[in-house]
Amino acid sequence: MSWLLPLSYILSGSLFIFSIRGLASPQTARGGNLLGMLGMILAIAATMFSPLVSDWLLPFGVILLGGMVGTYSALKVKMTSLPQMVAAFNGLGGLSSVFVALAEIISGSRAYLDNSIGLIIGAVAFSGSMVAFAKLQGLISAKALVFKGQQFLNLVLAVAMFGLCGYFIWSGDLEIFYYLAALTILLGVLLILPIGGADMPVVISILNAYSGWAAVGIGFSLNNVLLIIVGAIVGASGAILSYIMVKAMNRSLLSVMLGGFGAEKQGSTSALGQDKTARSGNPQDAAFIMENANKVIIVPGYGMAVAQAQHILKEMADDLHKSYGVEVKFAIHPVAGRMPGHMNVLLAEANVPYEDVFELEEINREFATADVAYVIGANDVTNPLAKTDPGSPIYGMPVLDVEKAKTVFFVLRSLNSGYSGVENPLFFAENTIMLYGDAKKVTEEIVAALEQNK
Amino acid sequence: MEIWMLLSILVLACFIGYFVVWGVTPALHSPLMSVSNAISGIVVIGALVTAGVADASIAKLLGLIAVFLASVNIFGGFAVSHRMLLMFKKKEKK
Repeated sequence: MSWLLPLSYILSGSLFIFSIRGLASPQTARGGNLLGMLGMILAIAATMFSPLVSDWLLPFGVILLGGMVGTYSALKVKMTSLPQMVAAFNGLGGLSSVFVALAEIISGSRAYLDNSIGLIIGAVAFSGSMVAFAKLQGLISAKALVFKGQQFLNLVLAVAMFGLCGYFIWSGDLEIFYYLAALTILLGVLLILPIGGADMPVVISILNAYSGWAAVGIGFSLNNVLLIIVGAIVGASGAILSYIMVKAMNRSLLSVMLGGFGAEKQGSTSALGQDKTARSGNPQDAAFIMENANKVIIVPGYGMAVAQAQHILKEMADDLHKSYGVEVKFAIHPVAGRMPGHMNVLLAEANVPYEDVFELEEINREFATADVAYVIGANDVTNPLAKTDPGSPIYGMPVLDVEKAKTVFFVLRSLNSGYSGVENPLFFAENTIMLYGDAKKVTEEIVAALEQNK
Repeated sequence: MEIWMLLSILVLACFIGYFVVWGVTPALHSPLMSVSNAISGIVVIGALVTAGVADASIAKLLGLIAVFLASVNIFGGFAVSHRMLLMFKKKEKK
C-alpha cells in the first residue's frame, strides 16, 4: 500500500491550505482551525503507520505527553499573555527542527546542506523566540538592549556561522555541526536583544516565518513533500505579516532587525512642550462630553492591554450606545499592541462584536465626522508629525487622524513621548483633553459618571 | 532530477501561501499566527521518522525529544487558536 502515505500527504496539505483560507472571515475561521487539526492528525497517523516508522508505540506515547503539556498551557494562559505564549510555542517548533537535523546527521544522513538549513533557521527561531518570550513576559527588560559594537559582533558571528556551515558541508564532521548549533543559538539571542517592545509585532512575525523555513529545510533533507509545502505556506504567512507590520511603521525590515529603535529617548522636554501646556480634564467632564456626542471612535493601544481595560471599555461603549444613543466604533492601527491583530483579540475577549471594530484604512475618514476620539493607551499611532515632519523618525508612518474629531481625549499616564521618542503635538492641541491615569481606572470613573447621569 | 521536483513544489507552495495569506482578514492576524504556528509543527512527521527506528540509539532519543517539542507546539497552537476564535462574535440580533 505504497500509495497510502502520498495520498494522505496530498489530503493533509490541502486541508492545511483550506485551514488558512478559513481565516478570511471570522465566520469560517473556527472551521478552518478544525480542518488544520484534521490535516495534522491525518499526516501523523499516515506517517506513524507507514513503513518509514517501525516503532510507533513509543513516539505515539510521546505525542500524547507533548499534547497534554501543550493543551494544558494553552488553556491555562491568560488572554493578555497571548503574545508570549505564541512566541514560546514557536520557539519549541524551531527547537524540534534542530533536534531532527541533529538526529539525521548523527544517523549518517548525507544531506549536509539541507540539514544545515534546517538547523540554522530552527535554532534562530528557537533562541530568538525565547528572548521575545522573556521580553514579553517581563523576565528581561522589554527595552532595546544595545551596547557598543553590538552590530559588529553580530556581523562577526554571522560570518563565523556561514564559515562553519560551509566547512561542515565540505567535511561532514559531526563535531562541527554541534558548534554550528551552539553558535546559531547564541546569534539568535543577540539578534533579538536589541529590538524594543513596540517592534515585537515584526519580530514575532519573522520568527514565525523562520519556523516554517526550518521545516522546509528538514523537508529537503528527508525528501518529504508535505514538510516542504506546509513549511513554505507558514514561511509565506510570517513573511507577509512582517511586511504588513513594517509597512504600518514605514520602516524597513533592516532597520527593525538592526534594533536600537527607542533605546534612547530624546529629552522629553523638547522645544515643543516648553511654551505650551496640555489641557487636562477629569473623567466626569469626559463622560458629559461623550454622552452628548453623536459619534465616538475609540482608539485602543498597548496601554489598554497593560491596564486590562478592554472589559470596562466595552461597558463604556454599551452605556453610550444603549443609554444615550451614541454611535460607537473602534479604530485599530495595524501595529497597536505586541503582535499582529493583538487589539482585535482583546476586544473580542471583551465581547465587542467584530462588526464594530475597524482597520485604519476603513475608518480614517470617519474621524472628521466624529464628535469624540477616545484614545486609550495609544500615542505614536496618532502622531500627526508622521504626516508633516520629514525629519521625524516616524515620518511616513500611516497614522489615525484623531485630530479631525471635534474633541480628542488621551488616556495616558503622563505627557511622556511614546515608544518612538517623538513628542506628540496633539497633546497641546486646542481640541485635546488629557485624562491622566491608569487606562482602566479612568474608564471606570467615566462609566460611573455615565451611570449616574442616566 | 529529484531536487528539481522538490524545488518546483517549494516555489508553487510559496505562491499558494502568498495568495491564501493575503486573503486573511487583518482582524484575524493573531489567530493566523497561532494557526500557522501550529501547522509548522508538521516537522513532527520528520521527527517521527527519526524516532521510529527499531533499535535504541542517540538519534532515536533526539527524534523522540523532537516529537515531544513539536507535539507541544501543535496541540498548544491549535488550542490557543481555538480559544481566540471562540471569542470573535457577531452582534447579537435584537
